[in-house]
Amino acid sequence: MSAPPAISLRGISKRFGAVQANDAVDLDVAEGTIHGIIGENGAGKSTLVSILSGHYGADAGEIALFGESVKLASSADAIARGIGMVHQHFMLVPNFTVLENLQLGFAKTRLLKAGRKDLLARIAAISSAYGLEVDPFAVVERLPVGLQQRVEIVKALIGGGRILILDEPTGVLTPDETDRLFESLGVLKAKGVTILLITHKLREVMAVTDNVSVMRRGKMVAHRQTAQTNREELAELMVGRAVRPVRNVSPSANGEVVLQVERLSVRDETGAERLREVSFDLRAGEILGVAGVAGNGQSELLAMLAGLMPPAAGTVRIGAREIGAASPSDPAEMRALGLAHVPEDRRREGLVLPFAMRENAVLGYLDEARARRPWMIDRTRMTGRCQALMDTFDVRPANPALRAAGFSGGNQQKLVLAREHGASPRILLVGQPTRGVDVGAIEFIHRQLLALREAGCAIILVSVELDEILALSDRIMAMNGGRIVGIVDAAEADRQSVGLMMAGVAHPLPTGTAEPVYRDEAIL
Amino acid sequence: MAEAWLDLMQILASTLRLSAPLIFCAMAGLFSERAGVVDIGLEGKLLMGAFAAAAAASATGSPWLGLFAAIAAGMALALVHAFACVTHRGDQIVSGVAINILASGLTVVLGIAMFSQGGQTPPLSRPERFGDITLPFTETFADIPYFGPFYAELLSGQNLLVYLAILAVPITGFVLFSTTFGLRLRAVGEAPEAVDSAGYSVAWLRYRAVLIAGLLCGIGGAYLSIAHGGGFVREMSAGRGYIALAALIFGKWKPVPTLFACLLFGVLESTASRLSGVDLPVIGEIPVEVILVAPYVLTVILLAGFFGRAIPPRALSIPYVKER
Repeated sequence: MSAPPAISLRGISKRFGAVQANDAVDLDVAEGTIHGIIGENGAGKSTLVSILSGHYGADAGEIALFGESVKLASSADAIARGIGMVHQHFMLVPNFTVLENLQLGFAKTRLLKAGRKDLLARIAAISSAYGLEVDPFAVVERLPVGLQQRVEIVKALIGGGRILILDEPTGVLTPDETDRLFESLGVLKAKGVTILLITHKLREVMAVTDNVSVMRRGKMVAHRQTAQTNREELAELMVGRAVRPVRNVSPSANGEVVLQVERLSVRDETGAERLREVSFDLRAGEILGVAGVAGNGQSELLAMLAGLMPPAAGTVRIGAREIGAASPSDPAEMRALGLAHVPEDRRREGLVLPFAMRENAVLGYLDEARARRPWMIDRTRMTGRCQALMDTFDVRPANPALRAAGFSGGNQQKLVLAREHGASPRILLVGQPTRGVDVGAIEFIHRQLLALREAGCAIILVSVELDEILALSDRIMAMNGGRIVGIVDAAEADRQSVGLMMAGVAHPLPTGTAEPVYRDEAIL
Repeated sequence: MAEAWLDLMQILASTLRLSAPLIFCAMAGLFSERAGVVDIGLEGKLLMGAFAAAAAASATGSPWLGLFAAIAAGMALALVHAFACVTHRGDQIVSGVAINILASGLTVVLGIAMFSQGGQTPPLSRPERFGDITLPFTETFADIPYFGPFYAELLSGQNLLVYLAILAVPITGFVLFSTTFGLRLRAVGEAPEAVDSAGYSVAWLRYRAVLIAGLLCGIGGAYLSIAHGGGFVREMSAGRGYIALAALIFGKWKPVPTLFACLLFGVLESTASRLSGVDLPVIGEIPVEVILVAPYVLTVILLAGFFGRAIPPRALSIPYVKER
């Protein structure tokens, strides 16, 4: 009880215009622990750590580090105090090398050459002390995301980091990279570094933290020891009401086949084969979950089925229409065939952010908004349609005149889903439906997808969130390197077996069998 | 053969003289744009520098004071640009165009007010200008075939600012790529948020870059009116600021390729003046208009992307705002 906390915040308040982002927040973080801060988007987590990293000044409140009261007026102040911050969006110059990125903040000499050796030695020291290997001469943008993040961590530590703050560090990582990050955090903690982990993923909080604090609407609402709480309690504290994770429990409808994909291959603009001889059927009233580490062909599968990419070989059959290399399709035709698409990147492909919501609500479905004259848009009908979508899907604020950019991720996603839902599709393609979306909105979106399924719609769900795939799917298709590794009934799948398939290991054996069998060996 | 060589040397020497203002402006643009601030106002700063140099030299009789005035004028306009674009996050193109219009009008108004010669300054005589520098041993080397003319025409006999223009290229390269300041300056043009989070001021870095651009444009202006020319004539920059910007883009925002782009535009201009009126075999006499338009046509062709896409600094033209 003798050592003062590494971080002690008292009464931190910050207001942006009408929004009270932080309201008298108190927080104590013990030295050498991993402390989680959870909360929904907009709960004030990022503002709080921005104050702690000197990016913003607080309107009121006290900050003490290791028992010493401090003023953090700038990023430089925070760095000098040993606070290292790993931002959600990396603060790296993409076309610089790792070394140049570190020189940016830590070169002490006027000439780059003079301080180079010294800095390289410090990088090497950090790398070996914490097991964070980085190649100083690699160009950052050519590194995988996980390694870019490692560069950020090294950068944070090189500043003398006794305190490491990570803001939503796993949002961009694959499950494998996430595991490796958490291993590194374990090493850092063992070496006495205090870690503040900002996240909205309860799994991560439970997995790595010692203590956890919950924020809601700018206030700190609870502090818990991780060992003495559980996901349900934390979810309830975050959202402010009980949250029941949505699960697909009803038996599969086993409807007719609405989409048949046979030996389908797709090449990107550079000619590289992104999808290799993929074959599967999709039935009415089922959710086919597509699991895979990002970049293994799922995006191309969605794009091809939505009519955005032509097939290089193979066929896709929807009803009487057969789409092949010689007879490619386009998005308008696919829509006419009863297919709707919720794109993976809603901000770039799903919405036109500077447009009003009512304009976004009719994108792709302009017929609905047309007046008597085919070249005119009936604004009243357009607004009415948007209002109806907003009401049924609980989009807040429910004002069709506001620009799409001003809505939160969850509300943007709800509008895109509402728009596509409104077309009463027979087939729905959904990419990353809950990326950057709050717990409350996730629950809502999941319920809507299941409701669509009940109504007989066939859904292809692509997600990097394995939990989401497991919770919603009837069947799970794992992809690796543009191929289908296997398709299994969701009832027989769990995290381990699907994870193995995502890594390219085919046909995992039922639980109890020790060794997985690799496809090539299985032939022997 | 020897005569052709002498011709060649003379063309190259004139190329160098015609390229010098382009080089100053292009290096100025390099500093500014590498820091993420578009500088379409090179033209205006060049013109203002030319006027200030001629006016000061004419008033004081000293080319050095003229040069100093030109630098001050260039930096003053740069400060306006930085205040509008960095401090107030205004549109960089609009601010640059405003500076060009301001310079175009102000030089004439001040010129008429000060000298009453229709916007010109009085012609400057030798001691008020930077004269040509004859390097030692010109006489000694004169008889050596090839090297003699090369030394006498090209290396020797240029004015001080031509040598300075050539020197500006390695200095720019050194500052940008070998110093910590240069690294941060380039970073601020690529990912200003990274610089900010590292604890360095984005605004102060951009201010310095824009001010250096003003300084270099000022020297370029002084070159036009008190080194290459002998006095200020209205609109004497004649679009060189824009050509320099084109050279910068064609040179992909890199010092040495940008130098060569400047020299390419210079060689077109110098051959153009030599070709006008000359009866060429096969082609016949080339109309002077065709020759004069050549640099501009080339600019259009080059910029239309016939020579590979140039990737500009990522944060170019985007004012830096701390998020949220």
